[in-house]
Amino acid sequence: MAEKSIFTKRPDGRKMDELRPIHAEIGVVPNADGSALFAQGDTIAIAAIYGPKTLNPKHMQNPEKGVVRVHYNMLSFSVGERIKPGVSRRSQEISKVTEWALSPVVMLEELPGTVIDVHINILQANAGTRCAGINAAAMALAHAGIPMKEMISAIAIGKMDKTILADVNKEEEDYDDGEGATDMPMAYLSNSGKISLLQLDGRMQADRLKEALELGKEACKKIAEIQKKALKEYK
Amino acid sequence: MTSEKTRKEIVIPGETIAEGDDFLPGDWTIKTGKDIIATRIGIVEKQDRLIKIIPLSGVYIPRRGNTVIGEVKDMNHSGWTIDVGGPYGAFLTLKETPGYVEESDMETVYGIGDLVVAKILNVKRTGIDLTMKQRESGLGKIKDGIIVRVNPHRVPRIIGKEGSMIRLIKEASGCYVTVGQNGLIWIRGDSVEGKIFAKQAIEFIVENTTTDGLTDKVEQWLKENRPKNLVKNNPIKAETSEMNGGMN
Repeated sequence: MAEKSIFTKRPDGRKMDELRPIHAEIGVVPNADGSALFAQGDTIAIAAIYGPKTLNPKHMQNPEKGVVRVHYNMLSFSVGERIKPGVSRRSQEISKVTEWALSPVVMLEELPGTVIDVHINILQANAGTRCAGINAAAMALAHAGIPMKEMISAIAIGKMDKTILADVNKEEEDYDDGEGATDMPMAYLSNSGKISLLQLDGRMQADRLKEALELGKEACKKIAEIQKKALKEYK
Repeated sequence: MTSEKTRKEIVIPGETIAEGDDFLPGDWTIKTGKDIIATRIGIVEKQDRLIKIIPLSGVYIPRRGNTVIGEVKDMNHSGWTIDVGGPYGAFLTLKETPGYVEESDMETVYGIGDLVVAKILNVKRTGIDLTMKQRESGLGKIKDGIIVRVNPHRVPRIIGKEGSMIRLIKEASGCYVTVGQNGLIWIRGDSVEGKIFAKQAIEFIVENTTTDGLTDKVEQWLKENRPKNLVKNNPIKAETSEMNGGMN
């Protein structure tokens, strides 16, 4: 670590690069064309895929390639204080960035004029919901038989003062002493080594960013293995 | 150097299924650099030098000559739009309908919401053409019986090699069974017990598609679970319409 840290352990006893316990499963929504559940500690996301199907209204169709449409939704009981159900500014933004994160891996040019509907529901939230959503959506897309170039995994990197952490929970995400609260979600394609989502909320020095990215890539590779294992159980 | 995966092992998108230039990429695979990569969940199959993926999940992939069961969704002056599953709609023109149909009589022939059995004449880039003009019987409107919906990728197992599996079900249940390649199965017969029995048999096959020696298992299952009061009907001749596009 570049600078001396005041922390030796994290609030929940994990090591700095240790992920929360992960549970991944496919086929949780029987009526969907493909579905998956991804749980990371207390964060639980369910993704359901409907399609590919013809996109209506017709003027929204793209005759050259298909469209991915993401609906991210946090259920009203997913957090301590009940949140108002329905679409919010935050959920619209997350839907959009998830679309951008998923689109590079889906072979949309094979499905002209169609839409793939991805419904992500957060059952329980404890930070890193968009990452859990992307992980669940990637597995659900594979389960739905959508042609994909490779799998995609996502992780939230955070910072407690000067210490960079992998897979932050709510307590660590909100820790605003020292350098302030920092949260950096990223989505990584482990085969080609590309990054399809990178957001940063807070502040991070340029050299620390490289360190954070390396940590995120390693974490994403671990998640990719878990996703692969869950998908192999398909029967 | 060449490395391969054994058959029956499930591969996932992004997984390398072959290295080197010994194989050519087939269906649902892409070549990146020296590796051939799977793009769908499925089983690897090799035909000489061609390596391909047999998909296990997802929506129906239409093929020319398939018999399908669909629901009439819309109609206009030239024909009917029929939903057969899959990404694109199917269209049945008046020309491809048996007999002479007056434009004003279209609703009485196939109304919205009716289920029909048709054959795929042509698969276009963003649509399907259907036909009902086939010499063999079995194409037309569904008036009675029950419909079972299954995963379209399990249909080849339900039909079996040259229709062997479906023949077992027909003989045991005494029902007529028409299997649509899009995963809709039409069962019709005189007794309710027979129809329910045929439905249960199909569900048994769908749950056990990955087991080896499925035909023997199904034969035994049919013997064990056949309702006692089921009247033995005259054996039903195997219909040719279900057989095309079975195990390949």
